[in-house]
Amino acid sequence: MFDAFRGRQQKEPVSSLAREQQIWGWIFLSPWIIGFLAFTVIPLVASVVFSFLDFQLNKPDEITFAGWKNYRLLFTDPLVRDSLVVTFKFAAISLPIGMILPIALASLMNNKYLAGKRFFRTLFYMPFIVPVVSAVFIWRGMLSTQTGWINRILGLVGIPGPDWLNSQVWIYPALVIIGIWGIGNAFLITLAGMQGVPTAYYEAAKVDGANPFRRFWSITLPLISPVIFFNLILSVIGLMRYFEVPFIFNGGNGNPGGATMFFNIHFYKTTFVFFDMGYGSALAWLLFVITMILTLILFGTAKYWVYYAGAKNE
Amino acid sequence: MSSKALKPPAHINTSPMYSFQLRRMGLTALVTLFASTILVAFLMPFAYMTLTSLKNRDQIVNSTRGTVLPVDTVTFDYEGETLDILNVPFEDGMRQLAILQRQRRSSTFIDPTNPSADPVVWEGSWRTLDPVRELSPRWDNYRTAWQEIGFPRLLFNTAFIAFVGLIGTLLSCISVAYAFARFPLPLKNVMFMVLIATIILPRQVMLVPTFAFFSYIGWTNTWLPLIVPHFFANAYNVFLLRQYFLQLPRELDEAAMIDGAGPFKILTSVIVPQSWPVIISVALFHLVFAWNDYFEPLIYTLGNPKLQPLAVGIQQFNFLYGAEPHLIQATALLGLIIPVLLFFFAQGVFMKGVVVTGVDK
Repeated sequence: MFDAFRGRQQKEPVSSLAREQQIWGWIFLSPWIIGFLAFTVIPLVASVVFSFLDFQLNKPDEITFAGWKNYRLLFTDPLVRDSLVVTFKFAAISLPIGMILPIALASLMNNKYLAGKRFFRTLFYMPFIVPVVSAVFIWRGMLSTQTGWINRILGLVGIPGPDWLNSQVWIYPALVIIGIWGIGNAFLITLAGMQGVPTAYYEAAKVDGANPFRRFWSITLPLISPVIFFNLILSVIGLMRYFEVPFIFNGGNGNPGGATMFFNIHFYKTTFVFFDMGYGSALAWLLFVITMILTLILFGTAKYWVYYAGAKNE
Repeated sequence: MSSKALKPPAHINTSPMYSFQLRRMGLTALVTLFASTILVAFLMPFAYMTLTSLKNRDQIVNSTRGTVLPVDTVTFDYEGETLDILNVPFEDGMRQLAILQRQRRSSTFIDPTNPSADPVVWEGSWRTLDPVRELSPRWDNYRTAWQEIGFPRLLFNTAFIAFVGLIGTLLSCISVAYAFARFPLPLKNVMFMVLIATIILPRQVMLVPTFAFFSYIGWTNTWLPLIVPHFFANAYNVFLLRQYFLQLPRELDEAAMIDGAGPFKILTSVIVPQSWPVIISVALFHLVFAWNDYFEPLIYTLGNPKLQPLAVGIQQFNFLYGAEPHLIQATALLGLIIPVLLFFFAQGVFMKGVVVTGVDK
């Protein structure tokens, strides 16, 4: 079948070849084009339409135009406000820890005195591979006041452990701990970033009398800032779509006392339990706008603190 | 201080080189010890899971009083009675004896190794004596968990979804990455940016109409919504493959083209054979992702438990049927064993792939 292709190529050497190549290019690209239209563009448009409808999935014959009703509901639904508060409260606790710990762990793994680096790196990464369902059940046990080891260890050093899972306050640290268990990815990327810093910089700084802290602050951090930025963006997006851990914990009932009623659990129930596609779309758009604003703010600040060596622009 | 007065003995080498090495060894030990401590804390949940999964109900009750290992007290059958064996201290050492009569000041014991001998009387309160324990892990918890969650069916469902999706993601992502890496297309860079930008789009917005559509065409409560989208490429994998394809020398493509190979032939016989490392890494990512995916399997298989993969099945079992701690931990272990084994088997390739997506972007 390629004989025809070759024959034409010889007759009209340049322009025809380029055209031919372009057609092949589109053919190879087509899975993404189709997928992008089918699973991103069309749903995006449909979601706008849905958000202006009264649309119950289990009553497909009763779809009516709702105007701004679904959006007005966002402001009167107390669960929207409460679940956003829960989401942001958790994000405020989780984000700093989720940003600092991977850097701290990567620094330790990058320490020249550490023996068995590969061994440590693999094992610190490993919990990231554990399915979230298993991780949640393991930690539910670890943090239990009955059989759990965390409170037992705290008890050994004389600290009375809290009732992590049934306290509206301590449930957040509990969720953060589960999150910390999965920092493997962020840690590994940060470590790779640190290993990419030219050692000549450190030697030059040493000659100038910079102490280790100063070298870390003025060389390591700026040079790995693109990696930190990447982790930051992914963390913020991840926190805005936080769902699985609290849902597996309690099936989305929000216990203790609504403390785990995250925005996405409200969204999940509206959409997939009550099948309210119209209001579900409005909720999704609210989240979309919040996430986009946060991402844009972060991208806006990037030029002040993210350092790109050379002309890397992607 | 007094260091001047202290002259080291002649056989100790005090040359600068030696003390440098000593310092280095000390620091290595210190840093490695510190890292090990953190690692132990990090891996402790695995120990908790394994030990708890091997206990029975009584052992779990004991664990609330601080017993870490799955141990049982040892008993001895004596004339139709079951007697506890206790550690009894005597002047000539500790003996393990079965307690026959419990009294406040002194108790009567039988020696299990010689039951026909006269009972031994020991002065003291039997309450101060420790029972003899032996390790007795309940391996059949795994059989119970295996049967109760219907592990073989969940495993088949998970593997089927993961492997068919794998074929889809490999075919589509290799094709799309090839298009981005090798063909002159208008607006190619813009399209690539759009592709990457889809990573940060909150997927909830797309999810509602997609769910409604799949429901409308009757695909909910089938595996199709979990499999078909993988045949249309995804940003992470395309990015990874494109990065790799771009650094392959074009001379080989051109040589193949001169030999009469068309673009498809070049992909299958020039590009793919050089790219096995990245293809394997993409395949591993997909398998682990599909194995661990929870949300979409949850919403698309909620109405048909027979179709559920492991993640959903384990959660439903433990949550809805209020499983007991040892069964919960046994199912947690069944859930993580395959991804973790896969990871240890191919950790080098796996971690290299993570680094490429993270650092190059």
